[in-house]
Amino acid sequence: MITALILIPLAAALCVALAPSGWEKRLGGLALAGSLAALAWSGILWIGFDAASAAPQFVEARSWIPAVGGEYILQMDGISLLLVLLTGLVVPFSLAAALRSGWQDRISLAMILVLQSLLYGCFTAGNFLLWFLFWELTLIPAYLLIKLRGGPEETTAAMRFMVMTLVGGVAMLAAFLGLYAAAGTFDFLRLAELGRSGELTAAVGATLSTNWLSPETAAALVFGGVLLGLAVKVPMWPLHIWLPDAYEKAPTAVSMLLTGILSKMGIYGFLRILVPVFPDQLERFLTPLLWLAVATIVLAALAALAQRDLKRMVAYSSISHLGYCLLGLFAAAGTVTAASGHSAALSGVLLQTFNHGITAAALFCFVGFLENRSGGVRTIDAFGGLRSAAPVFCGLMGVALFASLGLPGLNGFVGEFLIFKGVFSLAPAAASVAVLGLLGAALLAMKVMLRVFHGPLPPESKPFPDLTAGEKLTVLPAVALMVLIGIFPQPVLTVFNAAVVQLAGYFGS
Amino acid sequence: MNYLEFLILVLPEAVLTMTALIVIGLGAKSGRGGANPFSSGFLTAIGAAGIVAAGLVLALLPAEASLGGMLVLDPLTRLFKWVILAMSLLTLALVPGWAPPAHRGEYLGLILFATVGLSLVISSEDLLMIFLALELASLSLYILAGYNCDDSYSAEAAMKYFLFGSISAAFLLFGMSLVYGYTGSTHLAEIGAALADLPTEPIFALGVVMMLAGLGFKVVAVPFHLWAPDAYQGAPAPSAALIASGSKVAGFFILAKILLLSFADWDGSADWGGFATGWVPFLALLAALSMVFGNLSALAQTSVRRLLAYSAVAHGGYILLGLLSGGTVGIAAVLFYITLYGMTAIGAFGVVALVEQRRGGDSVAHFAGLAKEAPFTAGCFLVFLISLAGIPPLAGFFGKFFLFTSALGGSAAGDPSGLVWLVSLGLGMNVLSLYYYLRVLKQVFARPPAESTGHATGTPPLLGCMLATTAGAIIFLGCFPNLLLKPIEAALRVVG
Amino acid sequence: MIAWTFILAFAGAAALLVLPKARESASRWIALAAGGGGLLIAIQHCLLYSKNTDTFQSVTNWEWIPALGIRFHIGADGISLVMLLLTGLIAVTGVLFSWNVVKNPRLFFALFLTIIGACHGVFLSLDVFLLFFFYELVIVPKFFLILLWGSTNREYGAMKLTLYSVAASALIFLGLMAAHVASGTGSFGLFELAAADYTRGFQLWAFPVLFLGFAVLAGIWPLHTWAPTGHVAAPTAASMLLAGVVMKLGSYGALRVAMPLFPEGLAAWSGVIAVLAGAGVIFGALAAFAQRDLKFVIGYSSIAHMGFVLLGLATLNHIGLSGAVMQMFSHGLIAGLLFAVVGRMIYERTRTRDLDELGGFRLRHALPAATGVFIVATAASIGLPGFSGFVAELSILIGAWRAFPFYVLLGGIGIVLTAAFSLRALNRAFLAEEEQTDRPPLPPLTRPEVIGAGILVTATVLAGIQPQPLLELIGRGLDGPLFEAVLQIREVRP
Repeated sequence: MITALILIPLAAALCVALAPSGWEKRLGGLALAGSLAALAWSGILWIGFDAASAAPQFVEARSWIPAVGGEYILQMDGISLLLVLLTGLVVPFSLAAALRSGWQDRISLAMILVLQSLLYGCFTAGNFLLWFLFWELTLIPAYLLIKLRGGPEETTAAMRFMVMTLVGGVAMLAAFLGLYAAAGTFDFLRLAELGRSGELTAAVGATLSTNWLSPETAAALVFGGVLLGLAVKVPMWPLHIWLPDAYEKAPTAVSMLLTGILSKMGIYGFLRILVPVFPDQLERFLTPLLWLAVATIVLAALAALAQRDLKRMVAYSSISHLGYCLLGLFAAAGTVTAASGHSAALSGVLLQTFNHGITAAALFCFVGFLENRSGGVRTIDAFGGLRSAAPVFCGLMGVALFASLGLPGLNGFVGEFLIFKGVFSLAPAAASVAVLGLLGAALLAMKVMLRVFHGPLPPESKPFPDLTAGEKLTVLPAVALMVLIGIFPQPVLTVFNAAVVQLAGYFGS
Repeated sequence: MNYLEFLILVLPEAVLTMTALIVIGLGAKSGRGGANPFSSGFLTAIGAAGIVAAGLVLALLPAEASLGGMLVLDPLTRLFKWVILAMSLLTLALVPGWAPPAHRGEYLGLILFATVGLSLVISSEDLLMIFLALELASLSLYILAGYNCDDSYSAEAAMKYFLFGSISAAFLLFGMSLVYGYTGSTHLAEIGAALADLPTEPIFALGVVMMLAGLGFKVVAVPFHLWAPDAYQGAPAPSAALIASGSKVAGFFILAKILLLSFADWDGSADWGGFATGWVPFLALLAALSMVFGNLSALAQTSVRRLLAYSAVAHGGYILLGLLSGGTVGIAAVLFYITLYGMTAIGAFGVVALVEQRRGGDSVAHFAGLAKEAPFTAGCFLVFLISLAGIPPLAGFFGKFFLFTSALGGSAAGDPSGLVWLVSLGLGMNVLSLYYYLRVLKQVFARPPAESTGHATGTPPLLGCMLATTAGAIIFLGCFPNLLLKPIEAALRVVG
Repeated sequence: MIAWTFILAFAGAAALLVLPKARESASRWIALAAGGGGLLIAIQHCLLYSKNTDTFQSVTNWEWIPALGIRFHIGADGISLVMLLLTGLIAVTGVLFSWNVVKNPRLFFALFLTIIGACHGVFLSLDVFLLFFFYELVIVPKFFLILLWGSTNREYGAMKLTLYSVAASALIFLGLMAAHVASGTGSFGLFELAAADYTRGFQLWAFPVLFLGFAVLAGIWPLHTWAPTGHVAAPTAASMLLAGVVMKLGSYGALRVAMPLFPEGLAAWSGVIAVLAGAGVIFGALAAFAQRDLKFVIGYSSIAHMGFVLLGLATLNHIGLSGAVMQMFSHGLIAGLLFAVVGRMIYERTRTRDLDELGGFRLRHALPAATGVFIVATAASIGLPGFSGFVAELSILIGAWRAFPFYVLLGGIGIVLTAAFSLRALNRAFLAEEEQTDRPPLPPLTRPEVIGAGILVTATVLAGIQPQPLLELIGRGLDGPLFEAVLQIREVRP
């Protein structure tokens, strides 16, 4: 079942890459169809999914590389399903945006499909080695997409992205190898059991400590390695420095993918690995971690306000929003017991993950439309008074902006509300400071609306046509989702509720 | 003992002598009338036939015989007489092309006389006889070296060779007389037996050292090597080939025999930090000096002949290592190595001769582009030099392996002997040697020919046969060393 | 009989030497047949390798030189088979990438096949003399391959490489002789020597001598400088072969001979080996970072990768050792691929290997296929999962965690540095977007190049996605009696 999910986009990628040479016009449609087919398949999986159970479902387990503990395990719980669905939504969205900006290059289109396939693998793998395979392999298409489509001025952004992510990846790998050396397994469920019972810490201490490396330090090192790998990906302040450049230099469709799903890989990693496997260490380093999350939220929001380039602005605001996820995660991992705080925060995190994927991708898409019309110019000063010229564009982008700042009635609100509800009961101080981030987000949205939608027309502005039918078709599903989830979040919440309850149960007692 | 027995024992040498006389006679005849009735090829063929006949006769002689120790025939001497004959035969292949043009008959005769001398050296077990035989061989070789009297280099070669040779002969003789005076016998085995009951005294030690010094001259060990570079450079090619091969084989053979039969009980030790008086430390010193000076000097040579001379010095050092271990394993290694070294040297001199003839010199630069003009010769040259450097699948590799292993093994099994320092030195120097061999080969294969002077290309047939034989033997013995090793071992076992 | 691997290669070499000049164009087919035959035999033996009988299978044991107790004793265990497979792959692809050799192809392929045969021989030998025989056999052909067909600074490169090899061989020579003598068995058989008792004092000096001798060929820091110079100077097929297989002879010898013979010496020196290996990883990568010549980048990357092999050897545990063997296999393929792309696909078309000059060719448009292959090779070289290098480095690092955790950090830094310099080379040489200059279009890839690259890419991806069969073979080899003492070293240590 899940294997098929991984193979569908891969097959589509192969078709695109090997399509006969007269098909240039049809390649985009082919790619989009492949991507949507995968979405449809994940819809089928959703239907077959038993939301009441927290246990992994659709399990496929085969022997793979027993010599180093590698098993081919694919499985799906609520969290996985949520991200699989998100992937299914964002990839076609970004493909559509890519087609709107006129991509015909078969390699790039195939890369996007390969990326989709790898993401499915990453969100469903149940064994570290398999998971890491997908995790690291995403770097190749991502890097090539930034590098190849980034244009001549792209010099170091892709490189910095790749190297920093790899540093994180290697640190995580090294840490996991230590875990394997100690525990002898790469299975996530098994590791989580060992982690909960505290055996893991003991085993790591016993196996890896030497006379100059105390057991606690060894365990902390392993934890730190994993944390580094995940935090770079999300990214958490101060490991975010690769992000603004990469998002800015990447073409629209790729920025959408980067922010929409690749950053979610990090969040997923936190939920799947760090929180279940390292409860002891999380608790030990809880305070600094919480404050790092707060710093991510607040500093990124402030940085976004200071930007002139719209794309960088969206990039920083994206970091800030992911900071909420981190805040919720870390807060939920503390042992301070506060009724339903844990599950509220975790639910909020997951919902925020999903929402942010759609909203941020949509925002990049809108910026891309602006850019297409202005001939590559993205500074905020170059635009003004678009509301009269392009009312549909402004209306839809307005929805996305409001969703991003968390206006009630739109999707962003529910997630952030749940996070703050949970975090206030668990870590009130951090939550209070983090509220500054909300303020920043609101200011940013206002600034964009005031300067771009209203305001005076810049002196030598080009005519600004409104959205075409194709463009409307591209963004309407996303905007519709923002509204729908804002009003009826329940279907989404149901998907992961059981998993969250189980996860929260690890800490709640 | 009667004359018949004597005649039977020296029958091979007699055949050689007869052949020599015939060749000289025929050569002289051709010189007297203005016309030239016998070509040098024909004379050489007669000489070769004589050598082959001597070899066949040798095969028919009884398995073991002894003439009061003066002349001995046993499997080992028979084998090495064959080796000596083979060396001479191979050398003859160079005569038609590269011997001095005047008096070919006499030249051939001298080669055969030298062969007789060397063959007698192999078969004698008596100090007196050894000395006589060595001198017979040496005198012939002195003349051979200086045969080209028009050439000042040749004359210089002969003069140096002769002077150093005479002095060394004096040393040898004096040493022999001291040993005789001390032990009361000239027979090798009896000397050994007498030594068992006698305390060693300085006068005896002096005798041994002087003998070794005299023989060190024959085997070109430092510091008795000074004649070699000049002799190798100046002598006509066949003479140089014989000096480098036959003379060296006989020298090492007799050195090994003397040490094994006479002085086995007075060996001492050259172990690191464990020196004990005897001939071993003396030889170890010679070996170390030879390896170091030979290789270092060879590095600086531009003349390939001189390079071969210094490499001969270095190889003398390696071979001495085999003697140091004192056991029959070491002797077997030594005998194996000198045999193939002799063949290699003859082959290498053949190539040098060809290059000299065509390019007018033997400096490294003259070898440039040889591979283009005479690919077969160049290929054989590669085999010779690489074998000298000790790289498989060539015989030189196994030879060195055997030598060094025996030296390291010492007489006792168990821990490696204290000769590790000497073996390490040898190995290090061997690495160095590859550099100068490769320097020559680089010219041969990678550089274009200096200028095309329209001279002949390809390999002359006779030389080609000789090169093919030697190179083939080197490759074959490298892959299947047992073919030579087994007879040597069997013979050594019979001798005891 | 598994000896056919090298018999075929040597027979091919001999046939090439006697091939008439008029038939010169047939030489590459002969070479391909000989190399391909070896590959098929290797595959066949891999498939037929039985799990239930002795570790060493297809054994031939004949008397060779009884005077010294030397036997013609060959046989293959899992480790040998994996290395044979690598040799076969490199042999076939090396010929394919030399399809266009015009200067005396007969001699070229004869030398090439000689090296191939000798490598097969080393991997199969169970008598240390035989092993050393084959080991030394490589030296002269590689000298001439570089000297006669090489490029940059070839005379210097050839000479340096050869002298380093011979100097290293001298150490091996000494170590083997010492082992032979000290064992008192009068034999050169690997098993006999490994079973003998050596005093601790003896092992303490004999082990480093023997190990260092082998390790020099494996590019151990700081005696590695011959490798980049030599590999850069060599023609493509020779670079592939030298970096791909011949360097492995060193690490194989260290694993097969030096370590089982002297476990006590190994125990005492393993820390030092680890230090040198770690330094190799780091300094190799740093040096690669500083290069302008693309081939030098690859040359130094080999040092870093071989540093991982040595690190794996130093761990002395099962998983680390199997990682080391896996890394040998993996690096063989990757180095082969990289050298093929740079030496054959790029250099022979552009006549330059300078990173910035290459940037001017806009290779990603001019030679998209070569760029694609290079990207795959780079990804594999970085050790991304899904490629053969990943499992290898993973196993090595797991082993390192158990033996000396600090080196995991070094290894991690090494991987990151590798990624950095690989990407730098990729960006500057292939993906640069310079102004269009009016250069003539480069000829597209030929069919042999495409097939060769296809074989290597397939092999590295297959071994990356499904390494289990290889790991099983290697594991079976390490379970053999030879490695018992080696694997016990760390376990008995408190």
